[in-house]
Amino acid sequence: MLRNLLLVILIVVSALVLVNVLHKEDGYNLKLEELKHKYALKDIPSVDHTKLPALHKDFKTPQEVTEACISCHTETHLEVMASSHWNWERVSYVEGRGISSSGKKNVMNNFCIGTNSNEKSCAKCHIGFGMNNNSFDFDNARNVDCMVCHDNSEEYLKGSAMAGYPDRTVNLEAVAQSVGSPKKSNCGSCHFFGGGGNNVKHGDLESAHLSCDRDVDVHMAANGMNMECVACHTAKNHQILGKLYSVSTENSNRSTCEQCHSSSPHLSNMLNRHGSKIACQTCHIPEYAKVNSTKMAWNWSDAGKLKDGEPYEIDDSLGNHSYLSIKGSFVWERNVKPDYIWFNGTADQYLLGDTIQSVPVKMNTLYGSHNDRKSKIIPVKIHVGDQIYDKVYNRLIQPKLHGENDGDSAFWQDFKWVEAAEAGMKQSGLTFSGEYGFVKTEMYWPINHMVSPKEKSVSCAECHTRDNGRLANLSGFYVPGRDYNKTLDFFGYWTFLLTLAAVFGHAIIRMLYNVIKDKFEKQVINYDEDEPDAA
Amino acid sequence: MHKVYIYKGFERFWHWTQASLIIFLAVTGFEVHGTLDIFGFEKAAEFHRIASWMLIALITFSIFWHLTTGEWRQYIPTTDKLKEQIIYYISGIFKGDPHPTEKTGLSKLNPLQRIVYLGFKVVLVPITIISGIFYLLYKTFDQNDMVVIEEYPLASIAFWHTLGAFLLMIFLVVHVYMTTTGKTPTSNIKAMITGFEELEEEHLDITPKNDKTQTL
Ligand code: HEM
Repeated sequence: MLRNLLLVILIVVSALVLVNVLHKEDGYNLKLEELKHKYALKDIPSVDHTKLPALHKDFKTPQEVTEACISCHTETHLEVMASSHWNWERVSYVEGRGISSSGKKNVMNNFCIGTNSNEKSCAKCHIGFGMNNNSFDFDNARNVDCMVCHDNSEEYLKGSAMAGYPDRTVNLEAVAQSVGSPKKSNCGSCHFFGGGGNNVKHGDLESAHLSCDRDVDVHMAANGMNMECVACHTAKNHQILGKLYSVSTENSNRSTCEQCHSSSPHLSNMLNRHGSKIACQTCHIPEYAKVNSTKMAWNWSDAGKLKDGEPYEIDDSLGNHSYLSIKGSFVWERNVKPDYIWFNGTADQYLLGDTIQSVPVKMNTLYGSHNDRKSKIIPVKIHVGDQIYDKVYNRLIQPKLHGENDGDSAFWQDFKWVEAAEAGMKQSGLTFSGEYGFVKTEMYWPINHMVSPKEKSVSCAECHTRDNGRLANLSGFYVPGRDYNKTLDFFGYWTFLLTLAAVFGHAIIRMLYNVIKDKFEKQVINYDEDEPDAA
Repeated sequence: MHKVYIYKGFERFWHWTQASLIIFLAVTGFEVHGTLDIFGFEKAAEFHRIASWMLIALITFSIFWHLTTGEWRQYIPTTDKLKEQIIYYISGIFKGDPHPTEKTGLSKLNPLQRIVYLGFKVVLVPITIISGIFYLLYKTFDQNDMVVIEEYPLASIAFWHTLGAFLLMIFLVVHVYMTTTGKTPTSNIKAMITGFEELEEEHLDITPKNDKTQTL
């Protein structure tokens, strides 16, 4: 009676447990729904700039447009002129360096190397007019370029190598009347093309974002939330949230996933817990450069080869340059699995004039470690290459690349490294010994965009696996499924096997003894229901 | 021979549930460990966690049961006849010698079993469960999204847990084999299922003692 009752209870309980374990409803994530609702409502501008008389004018120079802007937005230029978009530098505290000022003015990279002596060309991505050289007047408000960020007509375009001036074809009056909140196309006009071409630098920010689907980027997808950059990179007084770790050192004013999603965005507590050591991006951006390729390597040492005295280019099957006489050879990749590193939000950069400490030269160092409480694992693109350095002073060389005419010592005109190095270093206020070589470099680019739909995020087993997992290169900490104690496993398996063997041995000896024993006697005596001998 | 009600209802329920949970935990645990590949890591880890809560609940009940019924006394270790018991398994068992100790309802375990099962209960299971609970709670958040349990080294927790798991598996092998050394190879298992076992009770000595089958 009692037994039957217990049996029934047991069956019922286990049935309930099984139903609960095996049946999983796709939970309704209220937090996410609220966010979607919030961002589905787009802002409606409160002013129609076509109706403003100050903008109905045949603007002769872009500076006149800026004056017209300032005539209403009387103090705004001060905000802009305090921003890093204008100043190209930022003062911050750097571990080991103290308070230092860094930015495009003095940071070097392993793409086009640096801005010094190349301002005229680089200024295409400066929000000002007339940056011809390093004596640009950063106090002249008339030179602020409002349109590059606020043009909503997609008509505005900065000329190439025009010191930041708009292309001559731009209709300034039409642009001035169509200003508004920055769109992807505004930010993208610079940020998609860093390094001299689409997706060259970032790998996760490119022109495909202007119209992509959710598989490429859930936030910016045209058939998804279609968010603008500034939805996350919000701004207060023109100070825009979110600095790229590859050029900024302090862990402040970052734009984070958590700012909208909170630090417990999942329904599963297990996943939320991972967030204390693993950045959202690590699982949610399984690969980058999903549409167009990105540059993974750039070897300046190959630059300067000529055919019949003329520079030339070689393209790969996807139409990417694999060789350019002016820049060297490149490696491009698409659908790249990121590398992973520990990062605590602080970084250091190689600054113009720094002595080379180690090879490959780290153009930027992202600090962090598994035993640092503030560090998390983040996905990065590692861009490698080689570039010119001074063998005597043991520092990287800032060559003069861009020039107008033959003979003005620019590498892109004359293909002579010594002259280019001499001229570039002189303009940077440094000396060049005359002896140059090429040194290996690497640069770390955190991957933050191209978030995939949740179904495509990295699965547990991609890291929790013995061999070749995504985190195979990170060590010093324990990942269940990846790590194990080798000695324990060795003794564990062997002891288990030996025990099995011992038990089998024992059983066999028992059986043998039984066989030897008088069977006849046993058969007579064994009348009860049990098998006399299982053997 | 006499049919004795030796294993109570709860005891049998506890024994078989615990056995299946431990085997299930071993399968999923060793999948997490990287030894097996059955459910996939994600499912294995999830199932392991669910089953571990069930085991914790079961063991809580069984501790309560052992204390309230006084059954815990069955596990008080003794050295009396311990040597004979060991010698029996090493040699006597082959020759068909009688068990050196009698099994009765009041004393179900022979001295060797007492020591091994006590070790199982106070060393093996606690090592595995306590390290398992630490593993389970590694990095727990409170309402303010703050990590409340933090940097105890996972490598050493996993070490103790894996050690416990290996030892449990070794115990399992020996334990299962030993059940075949009863009167007949299946008599012990049957007893744990039905609760009844044919035992000799000296004071109720009805059947003649020269029955050879009893020692097999
Ligand atoms: C109440 C008891 C137990 C608890 C709370 C527990 C908990 C855990 C947890 C949390 C993990 C890590 C996997 C994950 O995060 O899901 C784990 C791993 C594991 N468990 Fe258990 N477990 C218990 C019992 C057992 C038992 C009885 C066995 C085997 C007989 C076992 C074998 C393993 C093994 C082999 C691993 C993998 C360890 C590694 O490679 O790091 N566990 N356990």
